Amino acid sequence: MEIVSYVFMIIGGLFYLLGGLGVLRMPDTFDRIQAGTKATTLGAFTLLIGIGIANPDWLLKVFLIIVFIALANPIGSSALAKAAYRSCELPKNLVQDDLKELFGGEDNDSN
Amino acid sequence: MKYVATFLVLFASYILLAGFYVQELILGAIVSIILTIILAKLVNYTIDYRFPVKLLVFIFAYLPVFIWKLILSNIDVARRVLSPKIPLNPGFVKIKTDLKGDFAKLALANSITLTPGTLSVDIKDEYIYVHTVDVKGKTLEENTKNISGIFEKLLGGVFK
Repeated sequence: MEIVSYVFMIIGGLFYLLGGLGVLRMPDTFDRIQAGTKATTLGAFTLLIGIGIANPDWLLKVFLIIVFIALANPIGSSALAKAAYRSCELPKNLVQDDLKELFGGEDNDSN
Repeated sequence: MKYVATFLVLFASYILLAGFYVQELILGAIVSIILTIILAKLVNYTIDYRFPVKLLVFIFAYLPVFIWKLILSNIDVARRVLSPKIPLNPGFVKIKTDLKGDFAKLALANSITLTPGTLSVDIKDEYIYVHTVDVKGKTLEENTKNISGIFEKLLGGVFK
């Protein structure tokens, strides 16, 4: 059982490493947010499950924490992305931009 | 009914986190009552007798797909991050949802964020604006089908 929990924790750590690498290597803000969110969410899940397996008393608490992370992590990244869209320079290589109609394109710095 | 259900959910989460002791039961009850009153006043939501059924549908129909997609999206991130030249074709696309209600839309937007290559940025009425790493479709319908199709169906079964 201990070994299983360690395996889970190591996998979680690897996902975090992946997220960090993604933040470093991706070329623009939004891709960085994407890599960061996905990798850290699954990383936190597996790490917490590993901890739950190691200490079965904590299993219910761990699941509750997972629920809160699953709710909070994507919301946070959406808020970041929205703020970034409104305040940063957009990447040059966009293929399509439907968000323009919502925020009125370039001259959006005033609000 | 709404008050009782909200109280039970809050109280259960408190006891889960704090442990099963007499002091915690009393404190948890007080905190839950206060929170129930505040929540019912400030937030617009409904809990009815079908809530447990919905919860079961949510856990057994939606969660497995969600977790599978989350794992897929991590493999996707790994593939992009570890390849020497990162394959990207990014853009913001708009998709349409038929789901009603704030919680349904929130669940859909969160699911979109955690599926491969997509990140929901904003919701306006029935449209969700999504940043995607790899733009595939040209039209609204194509994008909707690619990005949110399966979740739309599953969540439609839960939030009805």
